[in-house]
Amino acid sequence: MATSTSNSAFWKGARHGIPFALVVGPFGLLFGVVATEAGLRLVETMSMTLLVVAGASQLTALQLLVEGAGIWMALAGALAVNLRMAMYSAALAPYLGRAPLWQRTLVSYLLFDQTYAMAVAQYETEPGMTVPARVAYFFGVAMLVMPIWVGGTIIGAAVGATIPDEWALDFALPITFLAVVAPMLRTLAHVAAAVTSVIVALLLHDLPPGVGLLLAAACAMVAGALVETLCERRRVAA
Amino acid sequence: MIEGIWLLILLLGIGTFLIRFSFLGLIGDRTLPPLVLRLLRYTPVAVIPGMIAPLILWPAATGGAPDPARLSAALATLVAGLLTKNLLIAILAGVAVFYGMGLLG
Repeated sequence: MATSTSNSAFWKGARHGIPFALVVGPFGLLFGVVATEAGLRLVETMSMTLLVVAGASQLTALQLLVEGAGIWMALAGALAVNLRMAMYSAALAPYLGRAPLWQRTLVSYLLFDQTYAMAVAQYETEPGMTVPARVAYFFGVAMLVMPIWVGGTIIGAAVGATIPDEWALDFALPITFLAVVAPMLRTLAHVAAAVTSVIVALLLHDLPPGVGLLLAAACAMVAGALVETLCERRRVAA
Repeated sequence: MIEGIWLLILLLGIGTFLIRFSFLGLIGDRTLPPLVLRLLRYTPVAVIPGMIAPLILWPAATGGAPDPARLSAALATLVAGLLTKNLLIAILAGVAVFYGMGLLG
């Protein structure tokens, strides 16, 4: 009985993961191309993709490396991009906290924007789900997204070396990042954070690579939280 | 061959896992203080725009001179992304404008 509900939860997750697989494939492709252009060998590109499993931070690390920021600034910038995942982890803990440690470890490894968003939405709409069914659903979503992300990266890394310079692929990275960020600008607070980030980063552009960005990110996070607080107060007052 | 690349890959992998494991790894249902959650919510929109703004305004490929094709493509991506909330459509819009203007120019 328990296995059959877990089974159906797994396949439900797999179905819900299909739209994301369509997005993640080209994104992996792009990471493979950019990594190859940046000078990474295939084994390095694939190790990064399999160990980190977070495209935006991987692209951030590469961009900072190409700018000459050095290993440590690249690491700091990329980890800053991933800090939001602490929030995902905290959001899932009440639902999955009682699952066995090995399952929570595997869930952590596969915890990215898409799996987090789908899982929380599902757990909220179906509060009666058992813990094993919740875990099964999560793995169902990841089952499709993860191999397609890895496969996309392999293809991108393979073709990346053959793409001529005239294609101006340097611009693929800013375009992809813009496309990642634009749908995130849902509230005034998100817009305030993004605008602060741009202004401070441009003002501090002459600092060593990466340093201005970290300062800009810190200012932007405070700006976002501040605007959110102000908006909330206004709503309460009204 | 990039010096230190393996160290970066390894530390980024471990660091990212620890961030993800932070709360799922703890026993019980502890939660973050609201202020911390509030700050964390904005990390992607705080880091990424600041990183790409100079790349769009002063691209290395043109020696740092602003380029109409790149600026237009960036604007098209942003608008398409805001309107459709769809990553793929936003990328396609940017690519279409970028290569379209390249062909015209």
